[in-house]
Amino acid sequence: MKNIKFILSTLLIILLTTVKSFSLIEVDITRGNLNPLPVAVSPLSIDVKSKKSFENLLKKKDIGEEISLIVENNLRTSGLFNPLNKDAFLQAPDIANLKPRFEDWNLIKAQALITGKVTNIEDKLRVEFRLWDVLAGKEMMALAFTTVPTNWRRVGHIISDKVYERLTGEKGYFDTRIIYVAEEGPKTNRIKKLAIMDQDGENNKFLTLGNELVLTPRFNPTSQMVTYLSYFRNLPRVYLLDIETGMQEVVGDFPGMTFAPRFSPDGKKIIMSFAKDGNSDIYTMDLENRIVEKITNHPSIDTSPSYSPDGKFICFNSDRSGYQQIYVMNSDGSNVKRISFGNGIYGTPVWSPRGDLIAFTKLHKGQFYIGVMRTDGTGERLLTENFYQEAPSWSPNGRVLIFYRETKTDDKGEGFSAKLWSIDLTGYNERLVKTPTDGSDPSWSSLLSE
Amino acid sequence: MKLNKILKNTLLVILACFALSACATKKVSTGQMQSDVYTGTDTVEYLASGVPDRVFFATNESVLTTASRETLRKQAAWLRKNSDVTVVLEGHADERGTREYNLALGERRANAAKDYLMTYGISSDRISVLSYGKERPVDSGSNPLAWSKNRRAVTVKAN
Repeated sequence: MKNIKFILSTLLIILLTTVKSFSLIEVDITRGNLNPLPVAVSPLSIDVKSKKSFENLLKKKDIGEEISLIVENNLRTSGLFNPLNKDAFLQAPDIANLKPRFEDWNLIKAQALITGKVTNIEDKLRVEFRLWDVLAGKEMMALAFTTVPTNWRRVGHIISDKVYERLTGEKGYFDTRIIYVAEEGPKTNRIKKLAIMDQDGENNKFLTLGNELVLTPRFNPTSQMVTYLSYFRNLPRVYLLDIETGMQEVVGDFPGMTFAPRFSPDGKKIIMSFAKDGNSDIYTMDLENRIVEKITNHPSIDTSPSYSPDGKFICFNSDRSGYQQIYVMNSDGSNVKRISFGNGIYGTPVWSPRGDLIAFTKLHKGQFYIGVMRTDGTGERLLTENFYQEAPSWSPNGRVLIFYRETKTDDKGEGFSAKLWSIDLTGYNERLVKTPTDGSDPSWSSLLSE
Repeated sequence: MKLNKILKNTLLVILACFALSACATKKVSTGQMQSDVYTGTDTVEYLASGVPDRVFFATNESVLTTASRETLRKQAAWLRKNSDVTVVLEGHADERGTREYNLALGERRANAAKDYLMTYGISSDRISVLSYGKERPVDSGSNPLAWSKNRRAVTVKAN
């Protein structure tokens, strides 16, 4: 019986792969990609009149080119694509968008080509773009949309997401934002502010003034709300912030420190730790009816809770075994099981949006690691090692992790910095994420255009 | 008398062995730490003459050492004499842990100190607890000695 199943599944895989070999170009994102796909991102063409009007509106000389630069940058950063130098392009953008001369693009070794056109239609930004398979000489995708001109950056991100999705078969993560803690000042007295920016580091905005310490902001599923820890009036409490209105409130009425907040996957609850008399347990609060539930009840430290995407389970870390380890339980707190058994201590488990993995921080022999394991604790894989790094957060498609890293200071205690970094699930493509100041505690939003 | 001397010598040898083995395993060459609890006075401030304001902890621990208990007894005596004073017990962790766990650990350390003050007759109404986790180190160094100074519970006058 098992055998038949095996043969069937093998057949299915063969069928799938044969189908694949007939299909157009595709990028495999499940492995580290040492040969990124050469892609030509032609500047989006724009007529003189539209160009002038957008120059007035947006103070950008050539909005078509600007948008294509965003696409190019996103594709390069993903590590899966190699955008070719525009100087080598032989065909003008407007003609390429009508009908590419594939021989020309083939000559510069482009395998995929992106072309497009920008027009001003009643002061709206209309963008169309096409994705071409150069080798097959075929159009793979064509899309057009109209939006307010100030959304031009998002247009670049949405195009990037569509291209990524068409070529990898999985949703992209470019039309997203990062909320994080911006840091300045000496290590012994850091000034910390909530900050939000686009995934590529643009449009950075500070959401608090830095008068009080703020930590660990996390988005809700629609990315409109943020829950975080604030030391307002020296009372460390979990807060809820509406990004659009700026309204904020304390979550619940706890007689002590609440911390380590996250939203449930439906956005209706906040899960967090409450510390009292030297003991931290995990609680939830329903945001509609304000009902508070105690989820763990143990004299140890239970913290850093994170829901599975279906909301049925919670992973968290606890030192009930003597040291910090990762545990999984049902969402009502029943059936607690330890899942981390490797050498070292484990913390900050975060459930992947795809549901199959848990990312974590590990401390072993004085080094910090960001890693992933399956939800039963098997298949541990360490992605990156450093002096200090922690707190991974998943990209919405579950392919990239963002986290923060702190530097070792020198003998005089100087040279401290905290920066955001990202790494692919494959362990490749480690990158510094640019921020105007130092940064920590990043949280990745959902895909905004969804 | 002779026996006493022999005993003393043996004790010295044993102590030296301990010190050596501690050096070998922990690589702590400074005399300011015992196991990995800070025993120096570099960062210590005083609530009053002879009343240190802070106690130190071993890595990941919230157990009070003999020296810490002595410090806290002095604080309790001082608080009994100054019955109008209220205090905040600030709990801290070193930077070698995750931020959220350290917040909980700081709270646990501050409460260990608070509980001890309470057993020496200080009412819980006079003590509030505030954990800073790893957010407010006193020593910005990235070495075992700096970390040992940062693992602390500090009694701060609140009024």
